Amino acid sequence: MKSANVAPGREMAMQDNRAYAYYPGCSLHATAKEYDLSARAICAALGVELREVPGWNCCGASSAHGRDHLLSTTLAARNLALVEEMGLEEVAVPCAACFNRLAVAGHELREDASLAEEVRGVLERPLQGKAKARALLDVVARDVGTERIRDAVVRPLEGLKVACYYGCLLVRPPRALETDERVEDPQSLDELVRAMGGEPVEWPHKTECCGAGLSLTRTDVVRKLSADILKMARECGADCIVCACPLCMTNLDMRQGEALKAAGERFRIPVLYFTELMALAMGIPDAERWLKMHFVDASAVARRETAAANGMEAEQ
Amino acid sequence: MGDAISAESATTSGEVRFGGKKTEPGFCREVERLSGQKLSACYQCGECTAGCPVAFAMDLMPNQVTRMALAGMADEVLQSRSIWLCVGCNTCVTRCPRLVDLPRVMDSLRQIATHRGVRCPEPAIRAFHDTFLHGVERGGRLHELALVAALKLKTGRLFQDVPAGVAMMAKGKLAILPETPEGKAEVRRIFEECKRRAGKGDGHAG
Repeated sequence: MKSANVAPGREMAMQDNRAYAYYPGCSLHATAKEYDLSARAICAALGVELREVPGWNCCGASSAHGRDHLLSTTLAARNLALVEEMGLEEVAVPCAACFNRLAVAGHELREDASLAEEVRGVLERPLQGKAKARALLDVVARDVGTERIRDAVVRPLEGLKVACYYGCLLVRPPRALETDERVEDPQSLDELVRAMGGEPVEWPHKTECCGAGLSLTRTDVVRKLSADILKMARECGADCIVCACPLCMTNLDMRQGEALKAAGERFRIPVLYFTELMALAMGIPDAERWLKMHFVDASAVARRETAAANGMEAEQ
Repeated sequence: MGDAISAESATTSGEVRFGGKKTEPGFCREVERLSGQKLSACYQCGECTAGCPVAFAMDLMPNQVTRMALAGMADEVLQSRSIWLCVGCNTCVTRCPRLVDLPRVMDSLRQIATHRGVRCPEPAIRAFHDTFLHGVERGGRLHELALVAALKLKTGRLFQDVPAGVAMMAKGKLAILPETPEGKAEVRRIFEECKRRAGKGDGHAG
């Protein structure tokens, strides 16, 4: 990323940037490619250094924990051990499911000495348990902070009503995730949208479940849960939904047509990764190209067409 | 279903009947050891069931699973859809006033059901997890396209999501070839070592 967006005087602030290890997870190298590309782009533009964990493995979500607790903890722990070997303390994780697995495993390893010992035995790697998993959203909203994001915005999201969708795994369970989000009413994404000039809508489905990993097997369940979320976002006046998880994206975007059809609805609502929305606001040139990878047309968000603006045009 | 739950106690050894059905002494202890959760901590407030997004599709409600496992009603619990339908969204554990980690309990029940060879009422879900883990064991990372293809062969649902798959391919969102991370062999060894330890019966209870 060129640093053309950096306003004079911001170089000073950028010097205190920390480097983070970066754990993309399996989806970001395939079905969630646009999340990976936009995450890297906005971080580069904000001066956040992401170093991909060399030789990372699948964190085991959403299957290993149902097979064997030791296996699921060790799969996550290997990645945390690799982060330690990089000499870094924190790993930024864009996927909510991967973040949850790495954070919960890290928490358990710190809390349970005998489990940690056993995991070390299986892993055959030194593991101090110091590396901490952080949701990329948290890193951006809290470490970079809304002030610096406000400075980086060149095309504010004026009038855009956004349903901030956190889903399950970004916030629950709070004790193990060691985050300071309000679990039933998280705020970081709302703050981010506000900092970019957008308007987060008040809605009750911020942390409702989309059905996650049942997408391929009990698609009927996923259709119902996703339709509930989509309908509520629409009812609360949102122009788009913003999420931070490839599974949520699949269920809300790819399955949107079938979910709303089953629910007897005809509308469509664009779904974006928060990093894509940031890229649009920050004027990153590739932002509109990434939106073409979605199933529901999101170009209206790129053009800043909002329901309110359209309504006004219709009145004229 | 609610009729099966009565005030009878299953804390004594020997034959205890619940709703006329035989219970399994020691089942509760097995679940508690595997999950690290204390089932008797649950006082049946029903908060887990009230908040569960998939309860509408379940045959046993989440609070019933806890109570029936506590009572030793192994067959009913292990044959239920509910233990496979739990998506692990953690709504229940977040709201539980007794801090029972019910998703961990559900995980443990799946493990026991699989270990005992109980017929799974949700074969597609089981096939998904088996295929997922097989893929990670072999490749170190999940190859989504291979997962979908293998799952289709296993479940016979060959045509589900084909248009979506084709569209994903066209959008460049499906990687054709699996990645080969340098830690592949190490991941395979981790799987083998965990299987060896689980076979010895000293799986961690934590």
